[in-house]
Amino acid sequence: MSTDTRGFEARQKGGNLLEIRDLRIDGFSNDTWHKIVKGVDLVVNRGEVVGLIGESGAGKSSLGLAAMGYAKPGCKITGGQVLFDGEDLVGCSEKRLRELRGNRIAYVAQSAAAAFNPAKRLITQTVEAAVCKGLKTRDEAEADAIELYRKLQLPNPEQIGYRYPHQVSGGQLQRIMTAMAMICKPDLIIFDEPTTALDVTTQVEVLASVRILVEHYHTAALYITHDLAVVAQMADRIKVLRHGNTVEEAPTSEMIADPKEDYTKSLWAVRNLYKDPSERDSVLLRVQNLSASYGQHKVLDDINVDLPRGRTICVVGESGSGKSTLARSIAGLLPPTHGSVLYEGKALPGDLQQRGRALLKKIQLVHQIPDTALNPRHTVGEILSRAVQVFKNLRGAALVAETVQLLERIELGETFYDRLPSELSGGQKQRICIARALAADPELIICDEVTSALDQVVQEGILKLLTDLQRQLGVTYMFITHDINTVQAIADEVIVMKSGRIIDQGLKTDVLAPPYHPYTELLLSSVPKMETGWLTGILEARSAAPSAVVSS
Amino acid sequence: MDQHIAGAIENINPPGTTVMRSRKSQGVVRRLVSIIVQRLALAVASLFVVSLIIFGSVTLLPGNYATAVLGQSATPESVAAFERELGLDRPAVERYVSWISGAVKGDFGASFTSRGDSKRYVSAMVAPRLFNTMFLAAIVAIIAVPLSIFLGVICAFYRNGWVDRILNSTTLTVISVPEFFVAYILTYFVIMRDNFVMTGWAQALPTWLSEWLATGFAAIPAFPILSDVAPDMGFIDRLWMITLPALTLGLVTVAYMMRMTRAAIMNLLATPYVEMAHLKGVSPFSIIVRHALPNAWGPIAYVVTVNLAYLITGVVVVEVVFVYPGAGQLLVDAVRSRDIPVVQACTLIFASAYILLNLVTDIVTIVTNPRLLHPR
Amino acid sequence: MSTTINPVTQRKPFKPGRSRRTRIWKAFARAPLTAWFGVVVVACYAVVALFAPMIAPYGEAQVFPEAFAPWSSEFMLGTDQLGRDVLTRLIYGARNTLGIAVITTALSFFFGVSLGLVAALFKGWVDQVLSRSIDIVLSIPGLIFSLMLLAIFGSNIWSLILIIAVLDSTNFYRLARTSGLSVASMEFIEAARLRGERPSWIVFREILPNILPPLVAEAGLRFCFVFLTISALSFLGVGIQPPTADWGSMVRENATLITYGDITPLLPAAAIGLLTVAVNFVVDWFLHNISGFKDEH
Repeated sequence: MSTDTRGFEARQKGGNLLEIRDLRIDGFSNDTWHKIVKGVDLVVNRGEVVGLIGESGAGKSSLGLAAMGYAKPGCKITGGQVLFDGEDLVGCSEKRLRELRGNRIAYVAQSAAAAFNPAKRLITQTVEAAVCKGLKTRDEAEADAIELYRKLQLPNPEQIGYRYPHQVSGGQLQRIMTAMAMICKPDLIIFDEPTTALDVTTQVEVLASVRILVEHYHTAALYITHDLAVVAQMADRIKVLRHGNTVEEAPTSEMIADPKEDYTKSLWAVRNLYKDPSERDSVLLRVQNLSASYGQHKVLDDINVDLPRGRTICVVGESGSGKSTLARSIAGLLPPTHGSVLYEGKALPGDLQQRGRALLKKIQLVHQIPDTALNPRHTVGEILSRAVQVFKNLRGAALVAETVQLLERIELGETFYDRLPSELSGGQKQRICIARALAADPELIICDEVTSALDQVVQEGILKLLTDLQRQLGVTYMFITHDINTVQAIADEVIVMKSGRIIDQGLKTDVLAPPYHPYTELLLSSVPKMETGWLTGILEARSAAPSAVVSS
Repeated sequence: MDQHIAGAIENINPPGTTVMRSRKSQGVVRRLVSIIVQRLALAVASLFVVSLIIFGSVTLLPGNYATAVLGQSATPESVAAFERELGLDRPAVERYVSWISGAVKGDFGASFTSRGDSKRYVSAMVAPRLFNTMFLAAIVAIIAVPLSIFLGVICAFYRNGWVDRILNSTTLTVISVPEFFVAYILTYFVIMRDNFVMTGWAQALPTWLSEWLATGFAAIPAFPILSDVAPDMGFIDRLWMITLPALTLGLVTVAYMMRMTRAAIMNLLATPYVEMAHLKGVSPFSIIVRHALPNAWGPIAYVVTVNLAYLITGVVVVEVVFVYPGAGQLLVDAVRSRDIPVVQACTLIFASAYILLNLVTDIVTIVTNPRLLHPR
Repeated sequence: MSTTINPVTQRKPFKPGRSRRTRIWKAFARAPLTAWFGVVVVACYAVVALFAPMIAPYGEAQVFPEAFAPWSSEFMLGTDQLGRDVLTRLIYGARNTLGIAVITTALSFFFGVSLGLVAALFKGWVDQVLSRSIDIVLSIPGLIFSLMLLAIFGSNIWSLILIIAVLDSTNFYRLARTSGLSVASMEFIEAARLRGERPSWIVFREILPNILPPLVAEAGLRFCFVFLTISALSFLGVGIQPPTADWGSMVRENATLITYGDITPLLPAAAIGLLTVAVNFVVDWFLHNISGFKDEH
């Protein structure tokens, strides 16, 4: 491919491509207008990649969309300027915006599965922007699309475009969306959390192909994410946002090495936690030759695991590895097709209904998404006191007292008693779920990805709370996660799972240190590190030893 | 539906893909055929069960079939004669088989109103009336379906604009009042054409207003307020006779279909892929046509089916208001006189039409959903 | 753990429910004009229906010598074809038509929701049998099916109520089943099962509170539909039978007056329309509110 693209010329020209001045965005919810972005400045130079980082509610997505002169339904830009190549997009005519969008500014959305029209072939959607603006003929555009697919290392680049969105995998869809954004060789691409929904090994592949493409065409980009380690691989410069305000802004290497603000440091809070693993004393629960399936589909295949008493055992694996199914089988929600679960040496009935209350009390499950794990029509008090009532048989004032005490144990006060789940933050909801498990005075708590939906600081809080509780109560955790940093923060022992089988298990220091199992190594090496050259390094290492790359 | 098949068969470029894609399109056709056959079998099965219900429910008749018709004072002899005449003394299975095999050939037996030698055959009673009903329904459907889809799209496009608001409140009013109200209001307007000057309103209102109203009413064509069509009538005359019932049905179905189409499209306009299309700089019109409509055919087909079904069955009330000799009115008369064979025949015909319509919707939904036609 | 109980018990526990009540209040205070209109109209109809004998100037079937009398101070809306006072018939009609529609909707709600929940909870063959039967019922057009059943069972009020209730419960069944299934797959249900809760607790305390709002909204809309169906059947002469006053049959009995330019026969039809619009407004507002609660953070 030639390099005489607009991006290349632009980079030669230098100067600002996008300049946002004092931007303010309001959002309408609950019958009132709230400020989402409160006066943010942002500059993206030609050919530069700027990282925009922040946690949920920071206003980073709204800012990214505003860079295209777009506000989501229910939001409006109330002030400031968005200068794209000197032209203010705020108050610009819709017609002019349509000329720019897809052509000179393009967008890559977070959820590729939702952002593709299910009724149309992928290539039709890829070339749409170029064809409907009359920039290319359909044939030219399709040829270009296939070229882009090839550059993005998609399998079968000539044919994949003629499939429908539901026929390709998530990682492939995300790359096809990048091709869709690239079809007109835009000056600027907005990436809105493009890898958040993907597994780590897939994420590396998508990150790599995106970076190759952006470098090749010298496209400027605004890369939005909540993961500083990811943005460190992509961006020249990073801007940290919080509650719609700028926290700080610096070149990437500077930001990683020496962040000025405490808030910035808290963005990788979990990475700083480490638990020294301790050897096991005794076995609380033993899983023997366990197999389980959903209908015809076998999800667990001959699993053997011991859960050590009073310790934390982490189950690691990518989506579809069967780690949640293992948890559900132990909890009695999915009776195994084969094998058994021994609790303190006695076999547990596979089906929940055959377990008595005394048994149910001992094993508690905390779900991944607290929003669906708490009945939205019950108050916190009702939720917790019911669990206390069932497991401890308390009534009246004693019941209320015990419930309030539970609330204090999870560092929330009695003021939460009357609230509905919808009035709590994500972290608070997850604490309520943990309190509900604690109400039973359990011996084993199974935590199914309990922190993965939460912001880093909140995760850190929950992990610390869990560690403290273990120290006080001696409870055993089976902690399911896909995040290696969380494993470092909480685990004593580790199990690595893939496709329903256990790949590797043992003490954390043994499993997560050389000599590695190849899959464990792939998993570990795919986790972005907080250093700017990591992605380059990993790509070089893998191209040197291609056998290590497991394709999605 | 054509676009997907066309998309599967057309092979523009690149050359290397031609073979693979044409092989794939064969798979699509085979899959389509198997799905249609499957649905067809399902439709036949439900038709069978429905016919069982229609036939069997008669045995639920409280008291005796014959006494219900002949009255309590009927002598045992006359009851027995009546039953023998209608074949009611035979076992139920035998009666069902002869009924259903007759029905398939269009023979529904004799009406209860037939006495002695003057047999009145149900099929002879139903056929001309069924034609009238279908004629009315077809005329309304031809106009109402495209019009309401068009209006629904317009409303979704200019959502919350004045066009949308006006159409929204109008249609809400239309669907909130009984059909006979709409029918009589239309009749009232036509009557006012000649009679306005004589009403109390003309005297009570200011002169300028009543004159203005009088001119307005006079402009209404003198539509017939009773639609007594004759079998030998020409097409144009027929159309003229059914203007008012067609207008009534049209208003009601357009109101329903438009609201449902609007809702279906509004749902789709809130999806992330429509937002993505906005961000690709696709014009709002193209978004509706290229992104919303291809996904809306399933829901729209459903909307159309529901309303066509209504058109065939809901005409009952309108037929009664305008004394239109349709199958609906025949059914109501038969229900009042408890002429069970006629009721059974009408119900079976309407139910078959309804099942057929549902079959078409199912197939349209499947054909327009690539998830079902192109598995992973 | 037990050592800290005492100081806690000294504190005054919170009264649950306070915040919920204020929320309902707030919803009322923010209600749009259409909602208020709807509420007022529905309330008026309810009052008229409940106190019909006190409000009506004459008796329900009281006949006066003059048939088709014009509007006057004696007969505010004139008399009908048998010389009965139209206003009185309208008021009693409200009572009869509304009463029957309310009973029918309630029965239909009860049948549909209980079967729908049974299907959602037991799944498997129970669900298959129920759902297939409902599909069969739905494959016969409703009005035609009810006409056929009326022909078989005869047109009396109870068969009318039962037939419409059974046929209409299919809607409640489907809504209760789908929303029941989606709530039953939620993790808080799993949490309840892990606690060893009885099925009755899961249905009444965990699932029902979550699916009730959309079901109530549906009940409002179905009420309108039932109401229109009953009026239509009465209009056709196979619904509520004379001499019971009813809005549908009133229109039919006096329809000839329209040919003379008199709008009196249309008043009952207008009364039907007004109530339907009002109920729609209330349901819209209710739906808006339940979706509003969900969005609250």
